[in-house]
Amino acid sequence: MIAVALWSVAALLALAPAGVVLSTRPRGSIILYGGCLVATSTLCVTALSDLLYFPHLTPSATLPIGLPWLGAHFRLDALSAFFLVVVNLGGAAASLFALGYGQHEESPGRVLPFYPAYLAGMNTVVLANDAFSFLVAWEFMSLTSWALVVSHHREAENVRAGYVYLLMASFGTLTLLLAFGLLASGAGYDFDAIRASHPSAALAGMVMILALLGAGSKAGLVPLHAWLPLAHPAAPSHVSGLMSGVMTKVAVYGFVRIVFDLLPEPVWWWSVVVLLVGGPTATLGVLYALMQRDIKRLLAYSTIENIGIIFTGLGLALAFKAQGLDWVAALAFTAALLHVFNHALFKSLLFFGAGAVLEVTGERDMEKLGGLIHRMPKTAFAMLVGCVAISALPPFNGFVSEWLTFQAILLSPQLPNWGLKLIIPAFGGLLALAAAFAAACFVELYGISFLGRPRSDLAASAHETDRFSLAAMFALAALCLVAGILPGLFIDALAPVSKAMVGNVMPHQTGLEWMTIVPIAESRSSYNGLLVFLFSALSGMAAASAIHRLASDRLRRAPAWDCGYPDPNPAIQYSASSFSQPIRRVFGSVIFAAHESGEMPPPLSPAPARLTVDMRDLIWDALYAPIAKVIGVVTERVNMLQFLTIRRYLTLVFAALIVLLLVVAL
Amino acid sequence: MTALRDILSQGVQMCLVLLLAPLLTGFVRKVKARLLRRRGPPLLQPYRDLIRLMRKDVVLADNASWLFRVIPYLMFAGTWVAASLVPTFGNGLLFSWTADLIAIIALLGSARFFQALAGMDVGTAFGGIGSSREVMIASLAEPAMLITVFSVAMIAGSTQLSYVAEFMGSDAVGLRVSLGMAFVALTIVALAENARIPVDNPATHLELTMVHEAMVLEYSGRHLALIDLSSQLKLLLYVSLIACVFLPWGTATADASVARLGLGALLYLGKLVVLGFLLAVFETSIAKMRVFRIPEFLGAALMLALLATLLRFVSGSL
Repeated sequence: MIAVALWSVAALLALAPAGVVLSTRPRGSIILYGGCLVATSTLCVTALSDLLYFPHLTPSATLPIGLPWLGAHFRLDALSAFFLVVVNLGGAAASLFALGYGQHEESPGRVLPFYPAYLAGMNTVVLANDAFSFLVAWEFMSLTSWALVVSHHREAENVRAGYVYLLMASFGTLTLLLAFGLLASGAGYDFDAIRASHPSAALAGMVMILALLGAGSKAGLVPLHAWLPLAHPAAPSHVSGLMSGVMTKVAVYGFVRIVFDLLPEPVWWWSVVVLLVGGPTATLGVLYALMQRDIKRLLAYSTIENIGIIFTGLGLALAFKAQGLDWVAALAFTAALLHVFNHALFKSLLFFGAGAVLEVTGERDMEKLGGLIHRMPKTAFAMLVGCVAISALPPFNGFVSEWLTFQAILLSPQLPNWGLKLIIPAFGGLLALAAAFAAACFVELYGISFLGRPRSDLAASAHETDRFSLAAMFALAALCLVAGILPGLFIDALAPVSKAMVGNVMPHQTGLEWMTIVPIAESRSSYNGLLVFLFSALSGMAAASAIHRLASDRLRRAPAWDCGYPDPNPAIQYSASSFSQPIRRVFGSVIFAAHESGEMPPPLSPAPARLTVDMRDLIWDALYAPIAKVIGVVTERVNMLQFLTIRRYLTLVFAALIVLLLVVAL
Repeated sequence: MTALRDILSQGVQMCLVLLLAPLLTGFVRKVKARLLRRRGPPLLQPYRDLIRLMRKDVVLADNASWLFRVIPYLMFAGTWVAASLVPTFGNGLLFSWTADLIAIIALLGSARFFQALAGMDVGTAFGGIGSSREVMIASLAEPAMLITVFSVAMIAGSTQLSYVAEFMGSDAVGLRVSLGMAFVALTIVALAENARIPVDNPATHLELTMVHEAMVLEYSGRHLALIDLSSQLKLLLYVSLIACVFLPWGTATADASVARLGLGALLYLGKLVVLGFLLAVFETSIAKMRVFRIPEFLGAALMLALLATLLRFVSGSL
């Protein structure tokens, strides 16, 4: 098993230098992405069969590379297998999409070599079984994705995005390095040795915080999210889909691996920390998303929301596990992992759709799009599925994982700790707010870009995208539906992961009548996606056929009514900023310090009236700007050292020598 | 035999809600008219309107897409399924385990999602204004509703409506402050969700005050009939929900005798009459709010629901 996995990763690594050569050939991108598709599919099937059929085997391998006394350890346990499935399902879909999309790449030499390397990096992180390989793979993943972010380096915005990303990625790696340093202090770098060691409670708490910072900065937890909405949209769209759908999940993997696996039993306050970060991340992320005009940036912010939901689930799992209720912890943990899987599906789908739109119209600004449902009907259909799924609406998959999270929250009265008992329902409230905002946000995305009338010539002359891109989108859309109506299969597949990480599993689901899912007991709650889907489909079709047969099926076309005042100018339609104006007015005045000022010309003047909306990112202002300022001031001072005379340099060297000698002497 | 009976009673429930929904709307309209000392339309007028609309041609805007034509059916299907999942005359019907209360809310959320999309499909200014305001209202009403559900579910130990209704009907509940708050919150949410005064006015076409009507402005014929029927079903759903959770007396269980089920149905009709009457009185006694006052109104529901969730520990069994 693990040999197949490692050989596939090696194949991906080998494709990277081949990309340099292939980028100059006319059909090179097809060969490269085809190779990636084969390798990721192999990995995906391997991991899936491992998860389904041999979940209790944990094959491991040691390669003689890396640190000479350590070697590189790899292991394929249930958790790794699950995340390998997520990574490679996303990777395979992105490669399939890129078979069509990648042919339009302007500078293939900047994308093709890094793409397989990036995939290999993510896979290696998930397979690594010692701290050294883990960190090297993590950094490799960061650097290759950085190279992809700046692949369109002629746009100044992308360069800035790459810079911010590089800084934040270094910060994340630094905190993880410290976390592993603390863990390894008593045991060494091998994960098996770390598992066997017994760190003190204080040390374990510190490692948990560092892991949250390190993994959270990569996953985009607020307030460490600042780089994400800059970097994810800057990359080519299939890479954006991978970064949002998959790489954030690798970060979740890092957190789960350290906190649930390597550390000893959790303490209750860990969960409070995780929840306090996760809940606001969910709500703020989607509020930011609502304020965007750029499709890809909106999707990136929505990733932050979903990461918040996942971390809320993980926080709940920690809370219940710390309090000894591991059967509820299993529910919360499974919900979080199911959301990991679901989000990888629909976020990749949505980014691919955005990529298809970008490819045929050249626009990411929703306020220049519109009416694409007429010109790109297939893409529009797939996007509709993605939008419904991500808005957590039945019968699609996003609803199932949020529903499970809510069920875990509803069990909080069983917790013995009064603090947790009182605060957890509030996080339920935050998640509920996030879900409602998400629906608003995706009505905006779909309604503005795909419905209505075209707002620019480019949108009016758009056409359908290529077959490969459509195949990738439809495959993901179909998976969204299957995971929504047959969630029991997916919950059962997660049982070995939950068993290994929280020590308990959810009740077995697949044997139940009509594929119902019952998280705890039927008297508490149950949901049947299959029946909801069948019922709705049947009643909708019954209504349609009854009305068409018995009443009327005639139809004629006429100009729009619009209360008697239709205006042919497409600018009369609601735009993205006007759509979100009511929500901006209600929530934005505090959270974004949003401020609207109107400028109305005097009567009879032909000058246009203007409305200016001023919004500020308070987190950036309060956290990042001061740090940047301090660093700026300090470097300015230190910069003086560059322009000293030779005498002063000699004095400095002498002083340094004296100080060093003093230090050694004392 | 029992399977047949189960399917039959579930079928009766589905037909019952579909048939009663226009009647409830007609009843509320009639009471409102009488309170204003008008004679008002006959009770059965909504049925006639629906039939008239269904027989008419659909006039579709030139720019309308296929989605615009499918959405009325999607909305109707989602709302109908949701409405038939709420217990009316009997608990524990065949498919009551298909979806719990959270799923019912989400089904209504799906219907609303599509309705808001329909508002934007033709590309008119009115459609946009309606959709934009609808999602603003929903972004407050939906969380308030979910948190209300949390508070009720944490007291009853279940989100399954049949079990909640059984628990609420038993003596184990007692009088609780939380439940009172949850009731107020649920009422506010129900007013907002059904586009009733003071949030929206179902009887107006004055452009700057309307939300729901603005979204469906471009619909005609059978599409409009289905959308009207969906809103009537939604009103019935919320009234049944309030009756089921807060007035649970007399609801039969699924395996009860036919006479007992009949009694349950009669009592259910009585509850609809009482709640419909109260709705009409409430609507005639207050004025419509400005759009940007609605967030405060719904924010109150949100806060009440949150308090209800927290206070359930304080007033164990007063």
